Amino acid sequence: MAEPHTTAAPEKDERVREMSAVRKALIRPELGAICGVVLVFMFFLGIARDSGMFAPEGILNWGNVSAQFAIIAVGACLLMIAGEFDLSVGSMIGFSGIVIALMSVQWGFPIWVAILTAFAIALAIGALNGYLVIKTGLPSFIVTLAFLYILRGLTIFIAIATTRKTIIGGVKDVAEGDPIAWLFGGKVFSGLFVWLADLGIVGKFVAGPRAGQPVVEGVPMLMIWAIVLIVIGHILLTRTRFGNWIFAAGGDAQAARYVGVPVNRVKILMFMLSAFCATVLATCQVMEFGSAAADRGMLKEFEAIISVVIGGALLTGGYGSVIGAALGALIFGVVQQGLFFAGVESSLFRVFLGVILLLAVILNTYIRRMITGER
Amino acid sequence: MTAPLIELVDIEKHFGPVIALNGVSVSVKAGECHCLLGDNGAGKSTFIKTMSGVHKQTAGKILMEGKEVNFNSPRAAMEAGIATVYQDLAMIPLMSVTRNFWMGREPQKRVGPFKFFDFSEANEITMTEMAKMGIRLRSPDQAVGTLSGGERQTVAISRAVYFGAKVLILDEPTSALGVRQTSNVLATIDKVRKKGIGVVFITHNVRHAMAVGDRFTVLNRGKTLGTAERGEINAEELQDLMAGGQELAELEGSLGGTI
Repeated sequence: MAEPHTTAAPEKDERVREMSAVRKALIRPELGAICGVVLVFMFFLGIARDSGMFAPEGILNWGNVSAQFAIIAVGACLLMIAGEFDLSVGSMIGFSGIVIALMSVQWGFPIWVAILTAFAIALAIGALNGYLVIKTGLPSFIVTLAFLYILRGLTIFIAIATTRKTIIGGVKDVAEGDPIAWLFGGKVFSGLFVWLADLGIVGKFVAGPRAGQPVVEGVPMLMIWAIVLIVIGHILLTRTRFGNWIFAAGGDAQAARYVGVPVNRVKILMFMLSAFCATVLATCQVMEFGSAAADRGMLKEFEAIISVVIGGALLTGGYGSVIGAALGALIFGVVQQGLFFAGVESSLFRVFLGVILLLAVILNTYIRRMITGER
Repeated sequence: MTAPLIELVDIEKHFGPVIALNGVSVSVKAGECHCLLGDNGAGKSTFIKTMSGVHKQTAGKILMEGKEVNFNSPRAAMEAGIATVYQDLAMIPLMSVTRNFWMGREPQKRVGPFKFFDFSEANEITMTEMAKMGIRLRSPDQAVGTLSGGERQTVAISRAVYFGAKVLILDEPTSALGVRQTSNVLATIDKVRKKGIGVVFITHNVRHAMAVGDRFTVLNRGKTLGTAERGEINAEELQDLMAGGQELAELEGSLGGTI
């Protein structure tokens, strides 16, 4: 049965039209997001070039906001490709923040114990979300909507019952010298910015206690987390066996089960990842602000889902891209901060959100038809 | 006479008060195509689901190469060499042919401490296996959704064959297909049979069954009406058996023998 490379030059099928390189490049989940990024940058380069938006501190500003969206978008993206939603992301952000602040400030645990506990609880709640979805067979939309309320309510209740406030401050003082707190609140590459400032690329403070230091202190760990999560998420999805299982679980769970894919395990793990990402963001915010607020993370679940959809993922699962979701988050961050730089009324941001969401979904539907050849 | 690859003896399956199968016996030998015919509701689906480990039989036994076996899950049946290609659940349209072909059994290569999906190997084997079955792919990362129904069935069949199926169960592979695609799938069944795999071909189309079948078993109301060798029975007799005789014979008369 030796068949020496019959595949090297397969016969041409006259019914299959050759795909042009352009059309091939078009059929990518990220296409919509790439177009969006180009448009958004062109727009703001046009109207806000002189506002400092594209100076180093401006870039850091919208980069940081984009990174916040990106962190939760990575979790939401992989979960959506696996065929499920998590609407409890925003409440999880508030919840994890309060857990950290409460344990460290109120109860005096070292901050690293507080952080690790918050992650452990979040992963457990993520697993519970997944377990309930699998066991009850209910749509994840409903199950996680329940947790949206349960977690938010618990967060406010616990904060008020223990401290009579919904904001717990003073985390910065207890985080001093902690072995892992810098992983979330620190800044890196500060040497680079000193050097850039000496070259005159980055401005320096001219007065005040920090005169002579560069205005940009360093790259916040939040952005590093975003980049690391995007890269790992992308490789996991496109280059590993587990990634194939994520696609399969969302594409057709029953077909995947019949060939032995552990669909339930994949889905539960993705719920846990979503909770993990929410807690990463919560921890970074607590470290940055030095406080936790019970109402933090409101509506974040929708912003994550919108980023993912702009990035080309299908709401029905089985198709999407982490890179696309990250670009969606970038569009988000640039527009939200860009409107501020351009001096535009910020309520217009929501108008923009709605419009771009619609456009993205329409474009994605069209791309899917091209891929599957349905008419 | 070679011993059958798989033998199902007096299989009964009850769902609560409903008796779906009431004593079905079928055996499949290596290299034969055993057609299982029956009208809607005859119990074909329940029977193959019992065979492939989705349902557990209420009574009766399954013998695999002479030894009694019990399948507690589709996975267990698969590991014993029983592969099932379901009509509508064979493939995931949005995923590429390679991703579908290897789903659940992805080859991996190690890079440092990490393991990655070995796409170069997977793509090459997929293209070769597809070519063997006569399907010319534009590229292995083509989405399955771009393939025709017959081609999808063929991808699923060649996947089962590549992963070492001894018994291949095909659940109405031709029922939704056009003439040309049907003959492609029937040709594929013939190729598979020649490799020494036992094929169970479920259909309610007598002509498709006659085209490739070596033996024919007719199910009616949860019972086997008997098994016939090729040449012992003709299409009209099969048709009559499936429909339960009488009424159809009358109908057929009035329709001028067109069914």
